[in-house]
Amino acid sequence: MTSPKRVVIAMSGGVDSSVAAALLVQQGYEVIGMMLRLWSEPGVEADNRCCTPDAMAMARRIAGALDIPFYAVDAQQSFFDTVVTYFTNGYAQGVTPNPCLVCNRSIRWEFLLNRALALGAEFLATGHYARLLRDRLGQIQLLRAIDITKDQSYVLHVLGQDQLAHALFPVGEYTKPQVRQMARDYNLPVAERTESQDLCFLGGADYRSFLTRHTSPSQTAGEIRTRRGQVIGQHQGLSFYTIGQRKGLGIASQVPLYVLEKDISENILIVGEADELGAQELVARSINWVSGEPPSESFRTQVKIRYKAHDAWATVTLHDKSQLHVYFDEPQRDITPGQSAVFYIENVCLGGGVIQ
Amino acid sequence: MNPPGHIYLDYAATTPVDPQVLEAMLPYFSQVFGNPSSIHTFGQRAEAALEQARETTARVLNCRPDEVIFTSCGSESDNLALRGAAHAAKKLHHACHILISPVEHHAVLHTAQQLARQEGFNLELVPVDEFGMVNPDDIASRLQPDTAIVSVMYANNEVGTINPIPEIGKICRQRGVAFHTDAVQAATYLPVDVNELNIDLLAIGAHKFYGPKGVGALYTRKGTPLIPSQTGGGQEFNLRAGTHNIPYIVGLAEAFRLAQTERRQRIEHLKPMRDYLISQVLEAIPDARLTGHPSQRLPNHASFVFDGVDGNALLMMLDVEGFACSSGSACKTGNPEPSDVLIAMGIPRSWALGSLRVTLGFQTTLGEIEAFLKALPSLIEKNRALGKRVAG
Repeated sequence: MTSPKRVVIAMSGGVDSSVAAALLVQQGYEVIGMMLRLWSEPGVEADNRCCTPDAMAMARRIAGALDIPFYAVDAQQSFFDTVVTYFTNGYAQGVTPNPCLVCNRSIRWEFLLNRALALGAEFLATGHYARLLRDRLGQIQLLRAIDITKDQSYVLHVLGQDQLAHALFPVGEYTKPQVRQMARDYNLPVAERTESQDLCFLGGADYRSFLTRHTSPSQTAGEIRTRRGQVIGQHQGLSFYTIGQRKGLGIASQVPLYVLEKDISENILIVGEADELGAQELVARSINWVSGEPPSESFRTQVKIRYKAHDAWATVTLHDKSQLHVYFDEPQRDITPGQSAVFYIENVCLGGGVIQ
Repeated sequence: MNPPGHIYLDYAATTPVDPQVLEAMLPYFSQVFGNPSSIHTFGQRAEAALEQARETTARVLNCRPDEVIFTSCGSESDNLALRGAAHAAKKLHHACHILISPVEHHAVLHTAQQLARQEGFNLELVPVDEFGMVNPDDIASRLQPDTAIVSVMYANNEVGTINPIPEIGKICRQRGVAFHTDAVQAATYLPVDVNELNIDLLAIGAHKFYGPKGVGALYTRKGTPLIPSQTGGGQEFNLRAGTHNIPYIVGLAEAFRLAQTERRQRIEHLKPMRDYLISQVLEAIPDARLTGHPSQRLPNHASFVFDGVDGNALLMMLDVEGFACSSGSACKTGNPEPSDVLIAMGIPRSWALGSLRVTLGFQTTLGEIEAFLKALPSLIEKNRALGKRVAG
């Protein structure tokens, strides 16, 4: 008789990771629960979305109900050094960074994975909605979740074969309603918490006020101009604006105006009307290919330019290993430097890169 | 009973209740259930059990029964001693200096810090040597005319070092200053004759010596002024209000009595295993050091630091392999800060982060120690590789 394979499940106290843990136990794995303590701004720790004392108590109860060991792992320093610094630096440079991608790559799939492997685990599992397909050549493909409305392959596109070889996403095969039903069937005491899309370490606070507390004042005020160069107002610092933003521009205008572009070298915020928002191309750097290699030098693909964006058809052309060009079939609104463009062929996530 | 495949090596954290102790407690839940403060027969029978327990406890301490105050735990006893003596000394002679060691349990340290922060007491910490031991001369040179209380723990929970309590007590006695010792760890294995120890106040908690959790006691020498913190009824000589927890008090007394009568056998069983454990760990693992005093230490206590090891991760790895140990600064939330005690002893940070405490109990067998010694070296090696991978 071989002993069961050991899996570490990253628990948050929420329904998805709790059901993932229960599924793994049912599948016969030797399951160990772990929870990361991540950094929060001093004073708002209790509002952190995924590692409050409340959430930790909940995860402990789940682990107790499943009769699996549970450990809290402190990653506050690593989280601050990598994720929070990336976030504040990005804004200081005038882009709109996605810190969750860095967290997945550096904290979950490096810091936590290393700890799981040190405990003798073969796999690290999470409650992400995504699927893996292990083909006969040993290649692992990252697939969208069965529940397409909950699909989280976008935030996992930063992973490569080394990490996916140790990854399990047990709830990716189910819909959210099925997962909720399983939580009831397993009698898991999970809280039906409202889901938030806010960044965990902000604890519900506004990111703009966070930035003023945590970044040097590179947010110098400057001119707001139209595409034609007409000065129509003053901005408070480019960090405070996002491409596509309409509210809070402080400009009286007969038609709604949107942020079109941020000219960082000249410190100018360029605004315009809705029909000016679109762009048909983008350049991305910091490329990751899930398979380790690009599909080809130039290929047709579907692209997501944000976590919640719809797929858009485009042609991708590689410039070199570190940079590529995306040309969309139709102009896209809200192409935002700092966010990632992620490429799909139907359900297969190929990888992606950071929009410049 | 242990979870299958698990070995318990954390007896300094807590101990299982001795079946003989449990048996002594059982009649006082549903049969002899009266309130000892009541006039009637039910109350009288409970009171008899209470006073018998007090008598038993006093005999172990070699004190008068009315010098024993039952509390809810060792921490409460420490709180009553520090707050009670500090408040009384301030009221009686405006004393406001508190002198403690830097390696006290948080029950003493945080209480003294709160008295300093909120009530204007002047808190001073005496130095300790590399073993975490207090030198009595350092107490003598720091006593002031307005010193309200001195508190030095009998034996340290993290590193097991035993302090020279009789000498410190003698100095305090000569200078007329109240002397408290936290004997929560020590009471299991060390003599607790309060007259030989020259003590005014001494705190114990039953669950460290195979008694139940949730009950403790404070020895208070007659004539030591104390102002109570918990007010209400007149229980415990007006020093600690609240209906007596009779079954637990009975359990404390029985466990304390057994600890004294079986002390020598227990030590004879534990000490050779402990010494074997220490020598094997230091031999098998590179860059390992014993923390605390090599000989003046609790007989069941082994504690180490390992350079370049993540102590929290090591505890998880050990637990997954079935060994329940502690880092000494037990923290389930995985606080990565090194222990204040180890830092006060001058241990470098990179070593202090890799601390491990292994404490034995009278159920511990040589086979368990052998199994532990077999597992530890490779876990340490894996742990060190982890640190390098994360750093790199």
